[in-house]
Amino acid sequence: MKVKLRIWRQEDARSAGRLVDYALDDVSPDMSFLEMLDVLNERLVAQGEEPVAFDHDCREGICGTCSLVIDGIAHGPRRATTTCQLHMRHYEDGATITVEPFRARAFPLLKDLTVDRSSFDRIMAAGGFISVNTGGAQDANAILVGKEEADLAMDAAACIGCGACVAACPNAAAMLFVSAKVGHLAHLPQGQPERQRRVLGMVGQMDKEGFGTCRNYYECEAVCPKEIPVRFIGEMNKEWRQAALDYGEQ
Amino acid sequence: MILDARIPGGPIQDKWDRHRFEMKLVNPANKRKFRVLVVGTGLAGGSAAASLAELGYDVDAFCFQDSARRAHSIAAQGGINAAKNYQNDGDSIWRLFYDTVKGGDFRAREANVYRLAQVSAAIIDQCVAQGVPFAREYGGQLANRSFGGAQVSRTFYARGQTGQQLLLGCYAALSRQVGLGKVRMHPRTELLDVVVVDGVARGVVARDLVTGKLSSFAGDAVVLATGGYANVFFLSTNAKGCNVTATWRAHRRGAGFANPCFTQIHPTCIPQAGEHQSKLTLMSESLRNDGRVWVPKTPGDKRPPDQIPDADRDYYLERKYPSFGNLAPRDIASRSAKEACDAGRGVGPGGRGVYLDFRDSIARLGRAAIADRYGNLFDMYARITGEDPWRTPMRIYPAPHYTMGGLWVDYNLMSTVPGLHVIGEANFSDHGANRLGASALMQGLADGYFVLPYTIGHWFATASLKPVGTDHPEFRRVEAEADARLARLLAANGSRSPDSFHKELGALMWDKAGMARNQAGLKECLQRIPALREQFWSDVRVLGNGDDLNISLEKAGRVADFLEFAELLCADALQREESCGGHFREEHQTPDGEARRDDRNFCHGSVWEWTGQPGAPRLHQEPLVFEHVKLATRSYK
Repeated sequence: MKVKLRIWRQEDARSAGRLVDYALDDVSPDMSFLEMLDVLNERLVAQGEEPVAFDHDCREGICGTCSLVIDGIAHGPRRATTTCQLHMRHYEDGATITVEPFRARAFPLLKDLTVDRSSFDRIMAAGGFISVNTGGAQDANAILVGKEEADLAMDAAACIGCGACVAACPNAAAMLFVSAKVGHLAHLPQGQPERQRRVLGMVGQMDKEGFGTCRNYYECEAVCPKEIPVRFIGEMNKEWRQAALDYGEQ
Repeated sequence: MILDARIPGGPIQDKWDRHRFEMKLVNPANKRKFRVLVVGTGLAGGSAAASLAELGYDVDAFCFQDSARRAHSIAAQGGINAAKNYQNDGDSIWRLFYDTVKGGDFRAREANVYRLAQVSAAIIDQCVAQGVPFAREYGGQLANRSFGGAQVSRTFYARGQTGQQLLLGCYAALSRQVGLGKVRMHPRTELLDVVVVDGVARGVVARDLVTGKLSSFAGDAVVLATGGYANVFFLSTNAKGCNVTATWRAHRRGAGFANPCFTQIHPTCIPQAGEHQSKLTLMSESLRNDGRVWVPKTPGDKRPPDQIPDADRDYYLERKYPSFGNLAPRDIASRSAKEACDAGRGVGPGGRGVYLDFRDSIARLGRAAIADRYGNLFDMYARITGEDPWRTPMRIYPAPHYTMGGLWVDYNLMSTVPGLHVIGEANFSDHGANRLGASALMQGLADGYFVLPYTIGHWFATASLKPVGTDHPEFRRVEAEADARLARLLAANGSRSPDSFHKELGALMWDKAGMARNQAGLKECLQRIPALREQFWSDVRVLGNGDDLNISLEKAGRVADFLEFAELLCADALQREESCGGHFREEHQTPDGEARRDDRNFCHGSVWEWTGQPGAPRLHQEPLVFEHVKLATRSYK
């Protein structure tokens, strides 16, 4: 099949970027979207043009490295699908496809389609853990977790940290990501002792990083490749309010 | 090269306890004075970096990914083994030890494997304390399942995302230490070389993948946790970034490379769809608990699967291995699939596939039960192939997945270069010639949480290290060498992309040094690889420059190292004149096609020393002694 591509090219954070047109006429419907970009890159190298830089690694939808806004939608048109798991069979022959990076103030662009998502790591370092040193843990079955609660924790923990929620949000809010992290531990007995410190720390860091505020557009839930539900945002807001009251305005 | 495994004396069940007592300790107040460089942040590296920082050491951690949380451990699906015996089905440390030694086809070190089984239970405790959301029963207790190659239920899991959840657990522990200022995290930073001063590993040279800047880091110990080398086959289940550079560069600096020919080919992967394929996707072999593997009895039977009656199907694993059936270990299941396809009975495009059929278990247990167990895997299969596995059986084919070989380490996880420690998949020690399902996560976390944090202290306490900084001339020299290499790649200005060389190498390796190997094929590899390498250096095309984000340059450096390493893998496969585990030499098989081990001549680890040129390695041996598990033909019949 044939496709026309309009791809965002930008040398580095300081340069101006632009959409550049490319055409491919030997695309197989069985290719993944990234394999289609591989084909483009091989051709660019052959023509003496620098390949398009994009982030990717596991190519099986779990590492959260791949990104891309495809025709205006983070991770493209398929529900619950990362870009690396999107296949060309879902496109019409002759389709024009626009490819842009995840855009957000807190995700500065590095080159072409590659952005810096280290703000997520800093949010995690501000409280996204249980303070337990290696060794000295009690027998695992001494902590009972009912299946329903364990399943809820797992629903939240399934977040792959890709940042699509931020890219999709008109305000570039990171609420779905942060709430998934907060929700995962809040639903487990092990997470209780630091519950309030955690939510205050992580939300505080989120604000410092320059993410926007949540206005309930729910675009995040719509694009989330792991279908993390927005209910976790509601839960986090409740967690945060209680913690802020208990700790006083900090 | 001297190979002293430093296995402690005494009964096997007391070795680790005794060793922990005999090792020297570092005064808690002095720990901050020792700087550790941990390269790689998967389960092994992440858990080590976090645990070492908790103990008070000064830690730098490096990963080439944009975040420590993305290391490829994250993709492990099925589970993690531990000898908890929560199911009361007769599991024990001895049984896990026995299963692992036997599963590894008697090519692993007994003492290491015993220790692995011993610490396995503590790993589960640690992970639960961190908040890893393992699957639970309604009563709140942990759930278990049985997994490829085991007859007890000792595998803990978190849906089909166990690796992800374990990695997020250790990433959280690591993040905590980053927040506390105890770990300096360097993401998007790739190791280019190891710096050895006066025979001791004292640092690394790394490249910032965003700015292109080369930097030196000096420390008192270097820990490589950089994973395996399955991408030498180009197509594998590994992430695209996985590479051999760190371990290969360390090898060139004096670290012995052990058993590189021990590669694991995983039986349940989605078959290749075409030339464009960039990686192969694994589907958890837990699928084999309820799926039945079959091919048509008659070669060339083109009927759709639902029109082939049972009488015309060959459920070959059940037929050949009645007691293990579809749960036969990975190497055996993979080879049987190849055999069926070689006989013309394969299915799907190109005839490289076999059916994995859930018809009977859906009829027996109902669709809901199967969806609960494997729903995400069914979705994944449908997404990739465009076929509906609820209507038609899945097609699977083996793919390179894990590498048991790696840098040689002693009982303390130290390589033949003093101070250079190697953990997780990057080392060679615990899985022998074949790794059992759900044992990789166990080993990575055992090394990082519960072994290295003890043994590295002994190194610091006994090594009497002189202060060495990055101003030492050796750092300048290694940095200049790394710089020259990058410059050479950029200057080659040839006609072919790095990927095209990687694909050519991978196709050759898969064909001649993959699931089955023979002398003629391996000799052909040894002839063709140096030629391909030469062509690479004269004809590779790397555009752009070295001082910014340059994906071609990253790739080219990794391919260059694969092109050297591949030769060693083939040399190792050629000299190992036996079949064992994942290493199958066609010349060494029983009349019914099973692997024939040669314990008289090959009951040892083959350890290769770099002598200055690719293609001229020197072979050393570490004899393996089996005192507790009797050497026996591994039979799953």
